[in-house]
Amino acid sequence: MSARLFLLMALLLGMLSSAVAVVYARHSHRQAYVELSKLQRRRDEHNVEFRRLQTEQATVAETNRIVSIATEKLSMHFPLDTETTVVQP
Amino acid sequence: MKMQARGPQPRTRLVWIVGVLLFCGVVVVARAAYMQLVTEDFYQRAGNERFLRVVPIATTRGMITDRNGEPLAVSSPVESIWVNPKELLLDAKRLPELAKVLDLPLDELTLKLAQKKDKQFMYLRRHMNPDAAKAVLDRDIPGVYSSREFRRFYPHREVMAQVLGFTNLDEHGVEGMELAYDDWLTGKPGSQKIIRDRRGRIVENVDLIRPAENGKDLVLSIDRRIQYLAYSELKKTIQTHKARAGSAVVLDVRTGEILAMVNYPSYNPNSRLRISPSLRRNAAVTDVLEPGSTMKPFTVAAALEDGVDPNIVIPTEAGGYRIANRRVTDTHYYGPVDMRRLLVKSSNIGAAKLAGNMSNQHFYSVLSRFGFGENTESGFPGESSAVLSAPNRWGPVEKATISYGYGISVTPLQIAQAYAALANDGMLISPTFVKGGEARHQRAVDAVVAGQVLNMLEDVTKIGGTAVQAAIKGYRVAGKTGTSRRAVAGGYEKRYISLFAGVVPIENPRFAMSVVVHEPSVGGYYGGVISAPVFHNVMDGALRLMDVPPDNIEQWYADKSVPVAAPPVVAEEAPPPDTGVMP
Repeated sequence: MSARLFLLMALLLGMLSSAVAVVYARHSHRQAYVELSKLQRRRDEHNVEFRRLQTEQATVAETNRIVSIATEKLSMHFPLDTETTVVQP
Repeated sequence: MKMQARGPQPRTRLVWIVGVLLFCGVVVVARAAYMQLVTEDFYQRAGNERFLRVVPIATTRGMITDRNGEPLAVSSPVESIWVNPKELLLDAKRLPELAKVLDLPLDELTLKLAQKKDKQFMYLRRHMNPDAAKAVLDRDIPGVYSSREFRRFYPHREVMAQVLGFTNLDEHGVEGMELAYDDWLTGKPGSQKIIRDRRGRIVENVDLIRPAENGKDLVLSIDRRIQYLAYSELKKTIQTHKARAGSAVVLDVRTGEILAMVNYPSYNPNSRLRISPSLRRNAAVTDVLEPGSTMKPFTVAAALEDGVDPNIVIPTEAGGYRIANRRVTDTHYYGPVDMRRLLVKSSNIGAAKLAGNMSNQHFYSVLSRFGFGENTESGFPGESSAVLSAPNRWGPVEKATISYGYGISVTPLQIAQAYAALANDGMLISPTFVKGGEARHQRAVDAVVAGQVLNMLEDVTKIGGTAVQAAIKGYRVAGKTGTSRRAVAGGYEKRYISLFAGVVPIENPRFAMSVVVHEPSVGGYYGGVISAPVFHNVMDGALRLMDVPPDNIEQWYADKSVPVAAPPVVAEEAPPPDTGVMP
């Protein structure tokens, strides 16, 4: 009789603890997911910022702009034939 | 008797009451079981609908870069201001303030709001600068919100406009590479489950159903620097010669990659103004024209493959050569020509006679192996395949006209592709827009034949040829000029198309380029005068940019000792037929 009672109690306890474990796992999953979303949002923010900077860089490094700065502001030009020397190996 | 008058025994009554109560209990339990076990799904769903939402996770569109990773099309963040008209109209006295910060006329704003007063969502202004949007939100006007969207930005503006195409407001490709690789660039939106409160705010992220797959980057074969060079040279030429339009294509001979593809006039894809469809078209791929004399090297290649001796002497008549009821003429009398002189002087009579000795079937097969009359498989949306009629419908006149580039239409890309095949030891590679893209290899002619033709074409850019202006110091250049007339219904107009196609350097070919200029009206119209200088300037720069070693170093040393003036332009070539009646 006491053996039976013991078994019953053990099963009851097992069930209770597994129920608590399920609740706990569920809770920690949510916590982790919230954390993940937060990090993802941060990653996206960084990506967005990166894209903004890329756009800015591409605008600043646009060939047309470089050419006009080089030729007009810095008065550069491509070396003429008279300004080049061919080195014979 | 007395007992009977008092009704049933107390015991019976008890049984009845217990029975009824038990029955009620069973009904309640059964109902609960029914709801929780059998129709559980329905109630669960109904409950969830009140607070759980499945929302899509937005993806970002991939970037398009050139072959060196320079961004050509980038999605940058913008804010779209939207309002909840119901909420906003509760406090209408702040409307003037809103109109002012958004730079909208007040009456227009009130009208818009009045039309949508029952709705809960209305865009006020899409795609605003994030800083400007923040200024609006900082006013803290109730019912005004913003959402983040992305907008495509093209830093190189008109230089790449037709190749890249553009996207619509919702970031889907409408033209060009944006359209051709839309799926690749878009990615797959994901979805997640969230808990929302009554006002639509996210309380908690519950579960991830499917992660978002961001759009992938696309690396094009285009080289930004060569592209820019080609665009500015083409633009300069078209403006000096007051031409109507033009296109140029640069191919990598060994891989078939398109290094540059430009069209002028162009448009700025960043402005959302209405762009006329004729500007949006990538003419280098979608517009067909008659190639004129740039076709002659392929006639010569066909003859060589047929076993004709390259030193064959072909007499050309001063007054023209009659085929059936047609007269084929040259600009000048060239006397007897061999194949080399035929190409250098661009003799129509010579080409017609060579073609006359070939079977229709053979000539057609060589042309189609060089990619004429077929789609190039570049994958560009809206590509035209050239028109080349079937050989069994050619008469002697048709065959003669095709031999010098009439009665056949091609795209500038196809011309470049065919010249690249000549330079690539006779192996045709289908052009590709993607770096390292898959290409179809197909033998056009034997390597020996291709080498012979290329060698003959070198003399075209030497003194006495039709394209001395295409010569590049230190490099051996092979090329061919062409001039054709615009075909219109019923004949040809007096409007010219100036062409040049060439390959450089001959020793170890790297680039093939075709230049097409439509209707030049000032300073001549021959391909050698209009288009050859574009080839020279672009290739000169491209060879330097790509570190191609010179294959004609002796020229440097020779030029250093004796400075010579630029050779006079003796560019003249056979003009197109004057009274052409085309099939």
